[in-house]
Amino acid sequence: MDFISTHLLSTILFFPAAAALVMLFLPKEEAKLHKWFALGASLVPFVLSLVVWFNFNPSQPGYQFEEIYPWYPAIGSSLHLGVDGLSLSMVLLTTLLTPIALLASFSINDRTKAYMILFLFLETGMLGVFMALDLLIFFVFWEVGLVPMYFLINQWGSANRNYASLKFMIYTMGGSLGLLLAVQLLGVLFKTYDLQVITAQWSTYTAPIGGIPASTFKTVAFWAFVIAFAVKVPLWPFHTWLPDAHTEAPTAGSMILAGVLLKLGAYGFLRLILPLYPAESKYFAGALAFLAVAAIVFGAFASYAQTDFKRLVAYSSVNHMGFVVLGIAAAAFAASTADAHIALNGAILQMFNHGLSAAGMFFLVGVIYERTHTRNLEEFGGLFPLVPVYGGILIFTSMASLGLPGLNGFISEFLVVRGSFGVGVNSVPVMAVYTAVAMLGLLFTGAYILKGIKKVLHGPMNEHWAHGEHKLTEINTREIIVMVPLMVLILWIGLYPAWILDVINKAVVMLF
Amino acid sequence: MFTTITFASILPEVLILLLAILIFIVEPFWKAEQRRNTGWLTAGGLLAAIVLSLLFGQPGEPQTTFGGMIRFDWLGFFFKLLFMFAGAATALLFMDNEKIGQRGEAYLLLLASLLGMNLMAVSADLVMLYLSIETTSIPLYVLSGFMLKDKKSTEAGFKYLLFGALASAFMLYGFSLVFGFTGTTNLYQLVEMFQVGSLSVAAAFGVLALILVGLGFKVSIVPFHFWAPDVYEGAPTPISGFLSTASKAAGFAVLVRLFFIAFPQFAASWTLTLAILSAITMTVGNLLTLQQTNIKRLLAYSSVAHAGYAMIGVVAFTKLGVTSVIFYLAAYILTNLLAFGVVMAFSRVSGVDEIKDFAGMSRRNPWLALMMLTAFLSLAGMPPFGGFVAKVFVFAAGVEAGYVWLVFVGIINSIIGVYYYLNVMKYVYLYRMPNEDEEKHPIPLTRPYALTLAVLAIGVILIGTVFAPWFGWSDAAALTLF
Amino acid sequence: MNFPVLSVITFTPMVAALIILMMPSHRRNETRAVALASATFALLLSVWVYFSYDQATGGYQFIEKYNWLPMLGISLHFGVDGMSAPLVLLTGVVMFTGVLISWGDEDPHVKAGIQDRPREFFAFLFLLAGGVFGVFVSLDLFMLFFFYEIAVFPMYLLIAIWGWVVTREYAAMKLTLYLFVGSVVSLVGALAMYWVQYQNTGVLSFDMLVMEKAGFSQAFQIAWFLPVFLGFAVLGGIWPFHNWSPDGHVAAPTAVSMFHAGVLMKLGAFAALRVGIMLLPEGAKYWSWLIMTFAGIAVVYGAYIAFVQTDMKYMIGFSSVSHMGLVMLGLSTLNQNGLTGAGVQMFSHGVMTALFFAVTGMIYDRAHTRMIPELGGMMKIMPFAGVGFIIGGLVSMGMPGFSGFVAEFPIFMGVWQTQWLVAVIASISIVITAAYIMINIRKVFFAELPEKLHGHVGDITVLDKIAIVTLCLLMVGLGLFPGLMVPMVQTGVENILRLLGGA
Repeated sequence: MDFISTHLLSTILFFPAAAALVMLFLPKEEAKLHKWFALGASLVPFVLSLVVWFNFNPSQPGYQFEEIYPWYPAIGSSLHLGVDGLSLSMVLLTTLLTPIALLASFSINDRTKAYMILFLFLETGMLGVFMALDLLIFFVFWEVGLVPMYFLINQWGSANRNYASLKFMIYTMGGSLGLLLAVQLLGVLFKTYDLQVITAQWSTYTAPIGGIPASTFKTVAFWAFVIAFAVKVPLWPFHTWLPDAHTEAPTAGSMILAGVLLKLGAYGFLRLILPLYPAESKYFAGALAFLAVAAIVFGAFASYAQTDFKRLVAYSSVNHMGFVVLGIAAAAFAASTADAHIALNGAILQMFNHGLSAAGMFFLVGVIYERTHTRNLEEFGGLFPLVPVYGGILIFTSMASLGLPGLNGFISEFLVVRGSFGVGVNSVPVMAVYTAVAMLGLLFTGAYILKGIKKVLHGPMNEHWAHGEHKLTEINTREIIVMVPLMVLILWIGLYPAWILDVINKAVVMLF
Repeated sequence: MFTTITFASILPEVLILLLAILIFIVEPFWKAEQRRNTGWLTAGGLLAAIVLSLLFGQPGEPQTTFGGMIRFDWLGFFFKLLFMFAGAATALLFMDNEKIGQRGEAYLLLLASLLGMNLMAVSADLVMLYLSIETTSIPLYVLSGFMLKDKKSTEAGFKYLLFGALASAFMLYGFSLVFGFTGTTNLYQLVEMFQVGSLSVAAAFGVLALILVGLGFKVSIVPFHFWAPDVYEGAPTPISGFLSTASKAAGFAVLVRLFFIAFPQFAASWTLTLAILSAITMTVGNLLTLQQTNIKRLLAYSSVAHAGYAMIGVVAFTKLGVTSVIFYLAAYILTNLLAFGVVMAFSRVSGVDEIKDFAGMSRRNPWLALMMLTAFLSLAGMPPFGGFVAKVFVFAAGVEAGYVWLVFVGIINSIIGVYYYLNVMKYVYLYRMPNEDEEKHPIPLTRPYALTLAVLAIGVILIGTVFAPWFGWSDAAALTLF
Repeated sequence: MNFPVLSVITFTPMVAALIILMMPSHRRNETRAVALASATFALLLSVWVYFSYDQATGGYQFIEKYNWLPMLGISLHFGVDGMSAPLVLLTGVVMFTGVLISWGDEDPHVKAGIQDRPREFFAFLFLLAGGVFGVFVSLDLFMLFFFYEIAVFPMYLLIAIWGWVVTREYAAMKLTLYLFVGSVVSLVGALAMYWVQYQNTGVLSFDMLVMEKAGFSQAFQIAWFLPVFLGFAVLGGIWPFHNWSPDGHVAAPTAVSMFHAGVLMKLGAFAALRVGIMLLPEGAKYWSWLIMTFAGIAVVYGAYIAFVQTDMKYMIGFSSVSHMGLVMLGLSTLNQNGLTGAGVQMFSHGVMTALFFAVTGMIYDRAHTRMIPELGGMMKIMPFAGVGFIIGGLVSMGMPGFSGFVAEFPIFMGVWQTQWLVAVIASISIVITAAYIMINIRKVFFAELPEKLHGHVGDITVLDKIAIVTLCLLMVGLGLFPGLMVPMVQTGVENILRLLGGA
């Protein structure tokens, strides 16, 4: 027990990978065994992260549960792990969503062993990003997560999976190229990759690099970071991989993709860009805010225009993640003000919330797709009477996504808007304009969500699904079990957000 | 004064003579089918001569014997050993050649020629030199044209005779001019007489040019090489092998001694001319080799090219240069004999010697193919065979002397060489006999072949790996010139 | 003087080659068994050398010195440092796996591996391996050339005899001539160094440890660095002299491709480092920009050309050009990070391409085509090979967690320290590599099995699997624990930096 308590983070981080290795030796045909084994294995990190959550002291500044092991001393990189309020909420989200996604994938029957192994590796990759306190380790896990996701999409995806998976891979790798180079530069300059050291030195670094003024280099490096994370978030105009990847990915893949992977980008903004480039982020915050607003508005419009249910949900992610970046941009404008803190609180909570609701939405799309083998909204219609329980859950989750007061989405979006508007009113008027335009986007959020619900559940019933072999069956128990934790959290945060906001807020105040 | 030294200085020659007499006596008593055993006798005798010479005939301090006719030193001695070894190998290769293997006179002619070569290596006087060159050449003219019923062989003998006679005439004329200018024929006295300034440049140039023609013919440097391919192709293959190795080495032995002892001051100013000759020889030799389709002609032209490489060492005009030439020749003798030996062994069974006929040989006799690989890679200058080390030393000498351009010419030529040598190996290893099962056409090796080739192949590998002793001997030989 | 382990390693393959040649040609399995036994022996010894190398002491270890030709200062001087020890290990690994996958399957339907004259094949292959070991451990310039050439010429025979029928003659000759040209040009440079040292110090010696102190003038170093470095770098596949390499890869039989890409190309880079950079440091400093330019072009150009190939072997061949470009890039930085990365990259790339070629060979032996468009569905048929190829692919694209990342990262850091623009340009190759590797994996391993291949394509043998697992473990192990190799390489790099004068 002692070992685990002192190595809590590394246990959480590597347990899934270790379980995946064990799984390699399980017999190939036992699909059921694979599923339960993977589910069990993914519950361990969840429990452990709850332990971390309850032992975490939100008021203490700095990182907790730190661990450090030498990894690549030649270039000054070590396996340095640690969490603060910001990363802990993300860790919790990851360990929570993984078992849920695994449970959701119980309907997979093709090569379950490989599937589960990849999923567990994916979890390690994602957790590593959130826990890393070493820039190189951050990058390592950032890239490592790509591979299992690629294969999940490529192997278990739908018709157009080859195109989508390659696009996903190339976009993300291409995006992180600049990040890679910038990370290298930092390593060369400081002979270490320790995040805290680099953060302290880089933000005030002024010596010219290679005969070029540091400010120019910093600007370029800033954009290299921004592009890498913006691709992942995804921010308009780097978002085009996302609808393809989401649409083609298997259900659980989409859940994790939307629920956690997109957060990696936003997390990068918070963990790296704001601390490393305070001056540049402030200078370019307007541009970021513009992109964020564009993502919100265009995401909403695009979503409204879709006829594919999954694509609709996918574009909604663009829309929602835009709010996260808007909050970040606002905070960058006016660092250390109360408005900034509000906006950041909103942004981080929005990350968490979007994780819950998007995962839920994708799962629900998956549920109906598995039964009808179509995602075309035009082929649904009036299904509510056939599947009332499903309909209820779908409406509930959609409302969370829409931002209905009383559910979680409202809280976070409100905070973001409130913070940004506050920044606009108090210091930077242009922010107010952006926020106002973003509100317009929010309106369309309502529009596309309602369109989705209408097309699926209401309107004239498509008789095709009412009788015979195509008769639509109700959501089953396993699927309800998948949805229950998500819905509970959605409601809980919506009604009583303080338990999580407390942690987030303290982190935000200390960090920014 | 006839002392033990005097005797020791010609001990190998005496032994060869005794061997010749023994063969002369024994051979007529043998029946026709036993006569091939003369080969064993010759080879055994020569080996015994080598051993005896090593035991009793080793030179100490360089001395001149026989009234200044013969120089008793390591340079000559080492070459003698090489010649006798080459002679022994050639005798063994004679044995299963149906045209000459059972003719005792062939072995006698070989020994006579060997006698001449030995004397070439030690001649310290122009008269002696000329005599020994003729002693070497005349038996070789006969041997080249030995197969009277074969048009090519007759042509080879006749051609060799004509060109050889012409070249000797040139050389003789050169010698006579030297004598005329200086009043002496002794190489070691020429140095003093033949000072720069005592002779007009034009005259010196003319004299040296005349001598060079004669020697150039022997070692077949361009432009005195054109007899070589026809003779090599037409002559019985063992003779070709002998011509291209021992005879050529003898020429180099004379060349080195003459230029370093008799005309060192002129030679120094001649190095550029020699360098150009060397470059032309390598290049022309290699370019002509590229087009050959007959294996013997290929080896002939390539031997021209090898003369060019060896010349680099002479051009360097340093001790290392001479050492490297001697080392090169030692390695080259072994290698080329091996190459010709393999060709003989193959042609004896298959009756053909075009390159394309070697297709599938590695399946017909893997060991023979491996030995051919050894020989050809050594010729191409690849380790761990003798050719590599030899070439490196020659190049090292060239670089040391500042002839980097010549070394680069040598390199370009080695590359061409690699191309055509490997091209032959492609036939041996890669191609198949057309419409035949190679297993049904094996190439058996008779005992003399197997023995000779194995010894040669091991020698080629030894000289390429454990090169220190060989280099030591070459160095000792070279030392006597300085 | 302890057990002369380095000479035993070097001469084991050569002795084994002789023994194999002595065996009757119809005892095919016995021949292979002898080959495998001696390869295993060499592997074990090289593992032992690797792990008993004392990193704290550094420098050259396991030194053996026998005078070979004292008159010219040639000695059989063996020793390994942090740079060469990993390469010795690599050679051991590639030799071992190369024998494993050449064992093949005599089933007339499959006919995988080497079935034609295996005796000669293994003999030549081992001669080559002996030469390779010899180069890595030689501290004597003459012996280095000696072994270098031994490593080059068997390639001709191996490719020409057992290679791919369509291009083997052309490719084998091209390869041999290219490499021979390169090596003799270097040889002239080495001879020049030898004599200049003699003039400077009065010592005749080919010993590189002596030559390091020869005090070559700057003008001399500048004049001779390029011929020496580029002459060797030809074998390292440096642009614009890389042309032989893809052709050679394609035409060679599987085990030879593994050797060729896995080890031989390292030979060029290693010799260029040891002779070019370490003996002529001033010249290296003067010309490093040119080498960096060549290498930078190679990295991007190689990746791009690989991207447009449809023949798997050509694709891997050009990817080797790209990856060896990274090695050269690391060398050209002349700083600690770059050189360390280059050292690790040599190992990583060696293992990776060996694996690539092994898998490609297994596919070709069974499907009788290597054209990417004609293949598909291999994952179902040979899952082991598929997973191996994927891991190799991830290494190739520099994915973190695998050895490629561990190697490439310091190289890029080193380039940043010297010329950041090259780092930016070279990084493009990463995306291109990812693209072609992913496309290839998807098509060959996951797409539908084409009609033509139904039925006659079977799984790989157990020996093949052992080879794949060995190679994969190395790549993942090094990727997760860079400490296994990096400190070792660093001790070697320190020595180089000392010769370069601090920095």
